[in-house]
Amino acid sequence: MNRASRPLSVVAGLAQHRGQPHANVEAPVKIEADRLNFYYGAKRALDGISIRIRAHLVTAFIGPSGCGKSTFLRTLNRMNDIIPATRVEGRVLLDGRPIYAPDVDVVALRRRVGMVFQKSNPFPKSIFENVAYGLRINGLAGSRSELNDRVEESLRQAAIFDEVKDRLHESALALSGGQQQRLCIARALAIRPEVLLMDEPASALDPIATQRIEELIYDLKSSYTIVIVTHNMQQAARVSDFTAFFWLGRLIEYDRTDRIFTAPAEKLTEDYVTGRCG
Amino acid sequence: MRTRRLEWVIEHALLACAALSVLTTAGIIAVLAVETAGFLREVPVLEFLTGTEWTPLFANPRFGVLPLVAGTVLVSAIAMIVALPMGLLSAIYLSEYAPDGLRRVVKPVLEVLAGVPTVVYGYFALTSVTPLLQRVFPQMSGFNALSPGIVMGIMILPLVSSLAEDAMRAVPRGLREGAYALGATRMQTALQVVLPAAFSGITAAFILAVSRAVGETMIVAIAAGQQPRLTANPFVPLETMTAYIVQVSLGDTPQGTLEYRTIFAVGMLLFLMTFGLNLVSTWLRDRFREEYS
Repeated sequence: MNRASRPLSVVAGLAQHRGQPHANVEAPVKIEADRLNFYYGAKRALDGISIRIRAHLVTAFIGPSGCGKSTFLRTLNRMNDIIPATRVEGRVLLDGRPIYAPDVDVVALRRRVGMVFQKSNPFPKSIFENVAYGLRINGLAGSRSELNDRVEESLRQAAIFDEVKDRLHESALALSGGQQQRLCIARALAIRPEVLLMDEPASALDPIATQRIEELIYDLKSSYTIVIVTHNMQQAARVSDFTAFFWLGRLIEYDRTDRIFTAPAEKLTEDYVTGRCG
Repeated sequence: MRTRRLEWVIEHALLACAALSVLTTAGIIAVLAVETAGFLREVPVLEFLTGTEWTPLFANPRFGVLPLVAGTVLVSAIAMIVALPMGLLSAIYLSEYAPDGLRRVVKPVLEVLAGVPTVVYGYFALTSVTPLLQRVFPQMSGFNALSPGIVMGIMILPLVSSLAEDAMRAVPRGLREGAYALGATRMQTALQVVLPAAFSGITAAFILAVSRAVGETMIVAIAAGQQPRLTANPFVPLETMTAYIVQVSLGDTPQGTLEYRTIFAVGMLLFLMTFGLNLVSTWLRDRFREEYS
């Protein structure tokens, strides 16, 4: 493939990776999907997805709208369970244990696999209470001071503490879109999940807010396994170590991000990342 | 040309229809105001609003409306004690737990309850519920506030349940997902996230139900007795504002007398109460819509 035909910005995004050590392909597998099919009613939305997602790395799911990337992401914490008339076949393993087994406690699973949504969804409560909510319901903070500490720590991790520290008890709905999204990230981090699923977390944000989220993802990956769905290929190139390309409910190609963007094995992947289709 | 003339006719006919209902309402309010003014010329407003005896048909008439207001408040309060928790619980169930198919069946069935004529509820209270309650509370009179209150609560239950469910379903799915993603259970999500988010909508439903209870007539006219009495005892006969209006309207009070005018004064007060409640309810509902649109 001719390098010149690639959009410049994608290559520019990749440059970030050059200075770093190569993504650690030997990292242990955190999540594994094995021939996963998913149905909305009779319609098959995912077709035989098999993938191994590695710990403490950022994995990006890319693909056109409706390709199943968000649906697949939502199978990883069983968020699709709450949608009526859906069905799962095949297996998803978290640390080698099947999460769709009948004896699995979904609530405990979701504590380990947190999620940030495309549209920021703070609760109509104060900033503090938004972050404290997960700690409270899971009984994770024994005392008032511990609760305060963990709320502050989470807000700091999500790089929003300095902006909100003087108005912690004001409504979260008064924050800007980018702040709301970082608050939702703080809320997800507060319960210290092992995996953080992000469903197009920056798609409704302006470029500056987007950049802050991307920097945040980079900072968080030492502590969390991050899976991010994005329709923005530059973003995938900038933030991820591995990239999975979905097309019509199937996983077409999954590889190191630099390979997906510079030397994809599949023609379809190449066409998509160079903007020729999708 | 002909079509344009037809359009003109249609447009103005529709305008006339709309104007008619507005004018009727204005007319009602005008009559209420005129007759109330006539009443207040003879009875000082302070005596009317703060007097504790209501005996306008006696030889020595007293015009203190408080016993009627108290009767209305007592029966409505009993109705709300029945309707609010049950309505809210059924709304939570329908909105957060019930499978789609069940909800499609249950909601219309519940709404059928609202279609039962209130006179039927009245006789149901008098002939079924009262005797049943008397087995539990032997001291209870045959006419009382408890029985019509409970039956009225059952009558407005579908209203509370349906409006509260609408409010809860209007809470964006994203909020529920946010709670589930933090490891919240269904119950925690329903009670701690959805319910507070739907709070203003639920309050609006609640106030509308109170307004409905305050204005309800047949049940209390039949089952509560017709004795104006300033009491909080739910076992003794009393009279509500609406039941009083029925009593006088059905009697042989001559037109134009002071006794006759009392029903307009009471009607005006009733109108102001329900009107105020409806205004608050509408305001809350609009505020709720704004939050999530």
